[in-house]
Amino acid sequence: MFTMARKPQPQAGGGIVAPPVVVSGGQEWRAVGRTAVSILAALLVWALLAAVLGDPSHAPGPQQVLPELARGLLSGKMLPDLGATMLRVVSSFVLAMLAGTVLGIVLGLSRRVNDWFDPWLTIWNNIPALVLIVLCYLWIGLNETAAITAVALNKVPLVAVILREGVRARDPALSEMARVFGMGFVARHRHILIPQLMPHLIAAARAGLALIWKVVLVVEFLGRSNGIGFRIHLNFQMFDIAGVLAWAAAFVIVMLAVEWLILAPLSVRANRWRRE
Amino acid sequence: MIALDLQEKRFGSTVVLGALNLRVAGGEVLGIEGPSGSGKSTLLRILAGVDTRFRGEMQAPSRRAMVFQEPNLMPWRRVLDNIILPTGADEGTAEAWLARVGLAGYGAHWPGQLSLGQARRVGLARAFAARPDLLILDEPFVSLDAGRVEELLDLTAELIAETKPAVVLASHAPQELDRLATRRARLTGRPARLSEG
Repeated sequence: MFTMARKPQPQAGGGIVAPPVVVSGGQEWRAVGRTAVSILAALLVWALLAAVLGDPSHAPGPQQVLPELARGLLSGKMLPDLGATMLRVVSSFVLAMLAGTVLGIVLGLSRRVNDWFDPWLTIWNNIPALVLIVLCYLWIGLNETAAITAVALNKVPLVAVILREGVRARDPALSEMARVFGMGFVARHRHILIPQLMPHLIAAARAGLALIWKVVLVVEFLGRSNGIGFRIHLNFQMFDIAGVLAWAAAFVIVMLAVEWLILAPLSVRANRWRRE
Repeated sequence: MIALDLQEKRFGSTVVLGALNLRVAGGEVLGIEGPSGSGKSTLLRILAGVDTRFRGEMQAPSRRAMVFQEPNLMPWRRVLDNIILPTGADEGTAEAWLARVGLAGYGAHWPGQLSLGQARRVGLARAFAARPDLLILDEPFVSLDAGRVEELLDLTAELIAETKPAVVLASHAPQELDRLATRRARLTGRPARLSEG
């Protein structure tokens, strides 16, 4: 059935075999089920390990961390810090995606520009996140601008590299087709270039989001007075391991929601033409 | 009508095409033959307006269309949009052209769902939907089985007779040249020159 859905065959009447929508829907639900079971299994392994070690203050199990997480979320105590972190993630994400995409497209289009700037990009990509953070705080000051700049700077080269590969991998025959038929500037970009870059944009967004929220926490740990990173810093000083894990878990949940509610549907939409 | 007075086309220090003159009037089909690597594709890209870096002069109509060696469809746009977006044809016209090439009802398909023969038909529909004054056919029917080629040749001949563009056809296949070309020329030598007859 599955191959039939991918390649509908014309029938005598001129119609085609309809894709079996029910089957693919069922497959989606099965995938969701597998994810749920997999997460439950991870929790179980964690609980078993904690039980074996038998030292809740050093190795808290889910039975210590999850109630703390629930209390923090339900009482609303965690929300201001979650919000502050989220705002930093979103601002630096948008900045880095815009700058990285433009840079990547320019480098991908021009061999000569790339020859000049490729070594810069390699060096930039290999500067440790911590160095960029400390330098931004020293140069700009212990403020929000420095925090967001530092995070964005960490991500730009990654996005640029991925987008550069995307631009290089584009099909020149299609650009030629567009020129023969006299397609305009906007149409050429909207229908020819961007669709070819879409998989790379989504890959850059995924990789970038994972990187960004980790760096945001370090930035907050070092020089902010709110956000998850700041709270983890406090818990670290009080040696509250369950607290550290609860704060981390809260943000992991937020990022999983972003992946499932925004990135995954976007990716499905962009790849529709491959699947039907 | 297209008129090309080429003095020279070079890539770096290699002269690929020598001096040549080429004129094709509306309704005429100039068949160009020549071995692989003889410069046919280079000449077609100049005529199509894709390659403008040559010495010489060209007067070509602004409405051009081309059928390529590969179908060159946008795989992420549905078949109907593959005709509408490059040509600016309205939906009804695009559907009519699809029907004309025997693909009525295929507008909502993705190109990846078509066979090679069907994709080539879409390429043909797209070219004619542009209502070109100059139509360039670059080995338009390679890698199809003989029966299919015969069918598409009939269709192409019919459409050319109806719409009367100036046509330049490059091909290896005697069958295609015999069926479509009203004049023939050979591209040979290094740098390549065009000899009619």
